[in-house]
Amino acid sequence: MFEYAPAPESRDIVDIRPSYGLFINGEWVEPQGEERHKTVNPATEEVLAEVAWAGEADVDRAVQAAAKAFPAWSGMPGAERAKYLFRIARIIQERARELAVLETLDNGKPIRESRDVDLPLVAAHFFYYAGWADKLAYAGFGENPRPLGVAGQVIPWNFPLLMLAWKIAPALACGNTVVLKPAETTPLTALAFAEICRQADLPPGVVNIVTGAGETGAALVAHPGVDKVAFTGSTEVGRHIARSLAGTRKKLTLELGGKAANIVFEDAPIDQAVEGVVNGIFFNQGHVCCAGSRLLVQESVAADLLEALKRRLGTLRLGDPLDKNTDIGAINSAEQLAKIRELSEAGEAEGAERWSPSCPIPDRGYWFPPTLFTGVAQSHRIAREEIFGPVLSVLTFRTPAEAVEKANNTPYGLSAGVWTEKGSLMLWAASRLRAGVVWSNTFNRFDPASPFGGFKESGYGREGGRHGLEAYLAV
Amino acid sequence: MTTPLAEVASSNSTLRAFLHGLPGVDRVGADARAAMLGTRSIKTTAKKQAVDMAIGMVDLTTLEGADTPGKVRAMCAKAMRPDPGDASVPPVAAVCVYPDLVATAVSALTGSGVKVASVATSFPSGRSSLEVKVTETSLAVAAGASEIDMVIDRGAFLAGDYLKVYEEIVAIKKACGDTHLKVILETGELATYDNVRRASWLAMIAGGDFIKTSTGKVSPAATLPVTLVMLEAVRDFRAATGRQVGVKPAGGIRTTKDAIKYLVLVNETAGPDWLHPDWFRLGASSLLNDLLMQRQKMATGRYAGPDYFTLD
Repeated sequence: MFEYAPAPESRDIVDIRPSYGLFINGEWVEPQGEERHKTVNPATEEVLAEVAWAGEADVDRAVQAAAKAFPAWSGMPGAERAKYLFRIARIIQERARELAVLETLDNGKPIRESRDVDLPLVAAHFFYYAGWADKLAYAGFGENPRPLGVAGQVIPWNFPLLMLAWKIAPALACGNTVVLKPAETTPLTALAFAEICRQADLPPGVVNIVTGAGETGAALVAHPGVDKVAFTGSTEVGRHIARSLAGTRKKLTLELGGKAANIVFEDAPIDQAVEGVVNGIFFNQGHVCCAGSRLLVQESVAADLLEALKRRLGTLRLGDPLDKNTDIGAINSAEQLAKIRELSEAGEAEGAERWSPSCPIPDRGYWFPPTLFTGVAQSHRIAREEIFGPVLSVLTFRTPAEAVEKANNTPYGLSAGVWTEKGSLMLWAASRLRAGVVWSNTFNRFDPASPFGGFKESGYGREGGRHGLEAYLAV
Repeated sequence: MTTPLAEVASSNSTLRAFLHGLPGVDRVGADARAAMLGTRSIKTTAKKQAVDMAIGMVDLTTLEGADTPGKVRAMCAKAMRPDPGDASVPPVAAVCVYPDLVATAVSALTGSGVKVASVATSFPSGRSSLEVKVTETSLAVAAGASEIDMVIDRGAFLAGDYLKVYEEIVAIKKACGDTHLKVILETGELATYDNVRRASWLAMIAGGDFIKTSTGKVSPAATLPVTLVMLEAVRDFRAATGRQVGVKPAGGIRTTKDAIKYLVLVNETAGPDWLHPDWFRLGASSLLNDLLMQRQKMATGRYAGPDYFTLD
């Protein structure tokens, strides 16, 4: 046997303070309330730091700082704003290793992913929108498109720094100022980003970061000084935000849940389809809104594909997220783990067959083995509800029409995958899938130039690309 | 002799139908998978294990017009005792030479356990008659070669004449008798991964004991994604027929880092059953000294200069 020795990335490169305040108007400030929250490493349950819990008064202070910074920032020539964004992008690249380790510590995702996927995409997003800042007149939104004002942004815990980049980069490029609330379980890279704003000499108040839980987010989106709300997270919270903003002048974009179908036709490149299915659902422990959580496989190849898939799952390496050879890291929180367990038990209770490779689970921390369910029907909860964990529901189909019908038969519509070597079938299916992104012969590929967003209950508005500018301009 | 799946070769059309019925290979996906496995971090004890494993899998090769008995004897000495200063270094798996130097290598290696492989079949182009190829193989076997590295007829393969390629491999295998047959696909000339997969199956159905990427005379020679596709083929072939076939990437593997990437690829694609010189070889020459250098560095903590490793 060829056993890989532990190859942990050193955590010495990160310097985590014991306690963090709020980042308002370019300064670290203490919150008015007493409440603080511990953020833990989900792989070990070790406390990493204490962060402030921003209340209404703190949010108000942050929004006022952003409003005060808005005239100068939006009045600045686009080329000048671009300089700041390029500078931020370069600092992110320079500090990529440190940020990757920090992300892995706070989130639980494998260092291989934070290093090879998250951080390169974060930097790319800032570079991309830096390029737009002085070209807004040519973006197709009129000669002199105006920013909206103060953007209140609330982001999830699955890609903490990447979601921050998706929110902040286009907002700043268009001339808005920002108050951002990171997720309660993963605030540390956003707080490191605050330091990067200072390092880049970003004018005070252009970016403000307030930490907290749901109430902080609710106070931010409800604040009358906020002109634009951008939210990525659960459909339930998104629905609540949409209701609370109805009738206000605030512009809203929502990027919510998903239950994507990954469709494997009988002529698919099987080995690569297996990789795509694995990448679709086990990337980032399945904590991906566009995860390919439903595998729809043509019945004629289902047995072969499942055998190959099970063999491949047997090689996945679950464990220390800082180990450079880890494929599956920790579940982000005890709460999320409980939800994944609950839905998996429901899958078994409803009659689907559960399978996991033999896979030692560490004693401490939050872990869930890669799991697949076969014999799943459209009516099962595990085929309808977003699990947001490393759990794949396998369904079969007989004809292309049935595949598309089943894929679309969900309240969500964020992404889909089509695996076939036949170009005509690929285009036929892609044009009928009601999903914001359709990947073909690949999955979970992102690029800042490509717009991302949902149909139906997966939300509205687009992030990324030229389309992503629209959410931050008065058009 | 019957080989598994031989019935698919009853005519060129059945053979074609079979080979074209294999699942396709998506180039982007295969490249991405190979690149991902290339990021595995193999350190400390795992690296030690990998370096010794790799040394034991090397087919130490010289295939030059300028090869002489003296050059081959020197290489054989190196093959048996790669590091004269360290008896714990294992010998390599085999030496690989042209047919006319087989006898020299055999006598130099007597009793060492290091095998003698000979290229044959009008290596490297394969552009000759079947009679010549069979005769050349028989002569190499008679001279004592325990392994034959043949080349396939890439022209026939690209022309769609799969049966010709098949029959030639069958004929060479017959000439080999008990001698191990490695079938060189020359993947750099087959160009597409679909072709690599088809040629791999063709060689296995025809009775090849090993499938080998390249002659080393064509660029690109061995690459990680091509080897990945071949490892998938031997894995699937064993699942389908019960017969295990070995894999040999050759050409362009020069550093320990490269060699370890190949071992990771084997481990996570075909599986640990293939991590043995009987089932996996690395066709190389300069690689060996880099493996020795890394081995010594791990033992002493210091790198020795190139003059401390013999150049044979």
